[in-house]
Amino acid sequence: METKAFQKIYTKITQVTKATCSLSAPGIGYEELAIINGRLAQVVKINKDIVTLQVFSGTEGIPTNAEVVFMGKPPTLKVSDELSGRIFNAYGEPIDDMPDIQGEEREIGSPSVNPVRREQPSELIATGIAGIDLNNTIVTGQKIPFFADPDQPFNQVMAMVALRAQADRIILGGMGMTNDDFLFYKNVFENAGASDRIVSFINTTENPSVERLLVPDMALTAAEYFAVDKNEKVLVLLTDMTLYADALSIVSNRMDQIPSKDSMPGSLYSDLAKIYEKAVQFPEGGSITIIAVTTLSGGDITHAIPDNTGYITEGQLFLRKDSDIGKVIVDPFRSLSRLKQLVIGKQTREDHPQVMNAAIRLFADAANAKTKLQNGFDLSDYDERTLNFAKDYSNDLLAIDVNIEINKMIDTGWNLFKKHFTPEEVAIKKEFVDKYWPKNE
Amino acid sequence: MAKNKLTTGKIQSIIANLLIVEADGPVSQNEICYIKIPGVQLMAEVIKINGNNAYIQVFESTRGLKVGDSVEFTGHMLEVTLGPGILSKNFDGLQNDLDKMDGVFLKRGDYTNPLEDDKLWEFKAIAKAGDKVFAGDWLGEVKENWIPHKIMVPFKFIGSYTIKSIVSEGEYKINDTIAVLSNEKNEDIAITMIQKWPVRIPIKNYKSKPRPFKIMETGVRTMDILNPIVEGGTGFIPGPFGSGKTVLQHGLAKQAEADLIIVAACGERANEVVEIFKEYPELNDPRTGRKLIERTTIVANTSNMPVAAREASVYTAMTLCEYYRSMGLRVLLLADSTSRWAQALREMSNRMEELPGPDAFPMDLSAIVSSFYARAGYVYLNNGKTGSVTFIGTVSPAGGNLKEPVTESTKKAARCFYALSQQRADSKRYPAIDPIDSYSKYLEYPEFIEYIQKNISSDWIEDVLYTKNILLRGKEAYEQINILGDDGVPISYHLNFWKSEIIDFVILQQDAFDDVDASTPIKRQKYMLKSIINICKNDYNFDSFEEVNHYFKKIINFCKQMNYSDFQSEQFKEYEKKLNTTIEERKIA
Repeated sequence: METKAFQKIYTKITQVTKATCSLSAPGIGYEELAIINGRLAQVVKINKDIVTLQVFSGTEGIPTNAEVVFMGKPPTLKVSDELSGRIFNAYGEPIDDMPDIQGEEREIGSPSVNPVRREQPSELIATGIAGIDLNNTIVTGQKIPFFADPDQPFNQVMAMVALRAQADRIILGGMGMTNDDFLFYKNVFENAGASDRIVSFINTTENPSVERLLVPDMALTAAEYFAVDKNEKVLVLLTDMTLYADALSIVSNRMDQIPSKDSMPGSLYSDLAKIYEKAVQFPEGGSITIIAVTTLSGGDITHAIPDNTGYITEGQLFLRKDSDIGKVIVDPFRSLSRLKQLVIGKQTREDHPQVMNAAIRLFADAANAKTKLQNGFDLSDYDERTLNFAKDYSNDLLAIDVNIEINKMIDTGWNLFKKHFTPEEVAIKKEFVDKYWPKNE
Repeated sequence: MAKNKLTTGKIQSIIANLLIVEADGPVSQNEICYIKIPGVQLMAEVIKINGNNAYIQVFESTRGLKVGDSVEFTGHMLEVTLGPGILSKNFDGLQNDLDKMDGVFLKRGDYTNPLEDDKLWEFKAIAKAGDKVFAGDWLGEVKENWIPHKIMVPFKFIGSYTIKSIVSEGEYKINDTIAVLSNEKNEDIAITMIQKWPVRIPIKNYKSKPRPFKIMETGVRTMDILNPIVEGGTGFIPGPFGSGKTVLQHGLAKQAEADLIIVAACGERANEVVEIFKEYPELNDPRTGRKLIERTTIVANTSNMPVAAREASVYTAMTLCEYYRSMGLRVLLLADSTSRWAQALREMSNRMEELPGPDAFPMDLSAIVSSFYARAGYVYLNNGKTGSVTFIGTVSPAGGNLKEPVTESTKKAARCFYALSQQRADSKRYPAIDPIDSYSKYLEYPEFIEYIQKNISSDWIEDVLYTKNILLRGKEAYEQINILGDDGVPISYHLNFWKSEIIDFVILQQDAFDDVDASTPIKRQKYMLKSIINICKNDYNFDSFEEVNHYFKKIINFCKQMNYSDFQSEQFKEYEKKLNTTIEERKIA
């Protein structure tokens, strides 16, 4: 972002904090960008002549006589087909040693979609993972995060979902990503030959943390370009939203705002909603689907970040290590896809919902039996059977290494029912039992 | 608030959507003003005044605003336009008609007319020339969809008026004069079909507001039987995310026995609102055979729309309800979620640097919530007719913790409490309303008991209390079994537990996605309650606890198959027969 001729240069900063600078400058617009000694900053507060700027890369070493130039516009991204296959930093500048891209300059953080112009999400995105497709089906236009502890393999699962899902374009927004994880994604996408349909906006742990605040808006502006202008099915991956929220709290703290729960800013809900609500199914066929990662500390979902996220997103996916089979599974109890009702039993086979529910109920019975066992009680015959069922169910369906087609998942469910239970114990609508209960060979 | 010249002002300071404006004349609290920038004007509301400085919250994004931009004050508070044409509309929080806006994205400063100026309505007079009328009295009516929409003397009118003339039956537009009234000073006032009302002030043109007593059928068994809501009652549904709050609310909107429904989607997910937009025009209203959308109005301010408008949206919705109540209609207001509304209050209070109360919410949160719930109610209008606004709000407690300020404030204000339990949701026992923690204060109202005895059956209340008791006993037995083990307790404990499980599986659990099971009319509920209570009252003969489990699972299975069958159909009767045979197997006569 070079300066233009005849722009006024200010050289008298009156106040510097860790993240902000203030100076006297009349006629400045709210949310306008500025450059302070080459660093990008944005107007966050104006009081009469005094403008307060949030400096994205921090204020270390900024002198009171630093040169400040206002750009007369909010942050923008140049959009065109040239975005494909490229890697950018949080400001939308290429970091892959390739030339700048040409395209239409668009303001990031654009207005929301008029709710009456949205279409109802209705297209299933198959991932091959039964813990998702069978129990928590994802639909285009949905937003859903993985709630995961930092040591869980969420990056692997995300990459797997991204590659298997039938999307035209994948936008990766990395916030506070370790360089190793970034390279992991890059390698996986390159090896799969998918690089040319992927656009990345990356803020690694080596970059200043406040810069992260731009990443989701950059990624979503690119997503809107492909979904609206090109009518493409766009999948946006955002990782890690917890680090994004942490950056928000740093800024609000520096601006002396009163913190609410867990030292988060009072506007956390609106801030997160603005990002997640960009997930949309457009009437012309394009869509934006957001799969995010929210890391938890010690599995605590009552913390303000996962809690607010849960109220915004359409469900959440939990990963858990199942000690019985020694594999990572998608937890059927705590995971939920709110939009699955739109497709299961409609785009998928009629018996899908009932098979799904029955299996989860029996899995819950197994959990109760396990508690009984741990407390030293005798198990009934039914308890024993649920435990055996649970083991098979985890192994054949819930484990994340399963990669089968949805009808096969449902059939596997019926086979497990038959192996361990009677039709009464499974309690599924009679007409489905008559039709699908496996016949003796 | 009469002013000769409208006050104007200049922006002094900008922090997110809070502006400080220096005004050149009188300004009133909650007055509406517009910020004039080239090409558009942005709506804002005064929320604090200090000397010449008005603190205003802008209902839009403030990107690009500058110090010195001019502001025009309007001299009135945030108002809605009331008149025929509100039904079936999709409004935003400020009553803009969302369907009239161009383009896929919302444009800043795009305000649209909530009603249709050109549409003709078939008007029929109710009052006649010479009648003495007061504010809120019915002058005539038009058919809005199939609802008789009353044209009333504007609520703002004070004192008595005489009708000088009223137009004859025919087609009129909303802005046509349909009557001329003369006031006590003999001045003539022309009345059209529309009037305006400030949303933050309750409409109170009724004679009295008694304690509500009429059950409002919802078709949701765990509500109707265990914790009923009444016409004009208030209830709230707190629940952690993923506990089925939204599915339950949608169910209520589809099935509840009300003349019309206002859905306030306040700071919630846009896709859920889309579901309402797309499904309601398709869904049949079981009561009238028409489409559900014909009796529904949606006030949608989704979570990504500006936060200040979210705060206003619940008031807009409530005012629309009160308007229809004044026509003698039964209105149901569903607000999802009042927590988002409270959060909007918190964001503004935070920006104004007010000293925070618990969890950084404003200190007067409890008072604001109470006075909002108080606007619901069953009323006798001045002409003796009745109307009601029933309000059910959801609360999204942070971290599922019911001790947080919004839940606590709401608990003080609402009379019904539907606690959604994470545990029930985890085991897919939907609706996840906890039968033991939830309550309905109306069950204790003598007026209500009397009404039920007259209109449902004389022993209904007794049966309900008996059912609650079995559930409680079942829970106690379950805890004992867990502590002492299956073998460590007498068989009667297992029996008690399974009796409560029958009630849970057959009555409380309901499949919201099954065509038959989704909604149960009171007549069928009466049958179910009686037959389940009969099962529970019997004594059975068992040798081991395993037999108990097996036996009751079989009974539950038959009952569930009955729930999935049409009432009294061949299939239904077949299962009923099987059920009765099974009961006879072990029953001790």
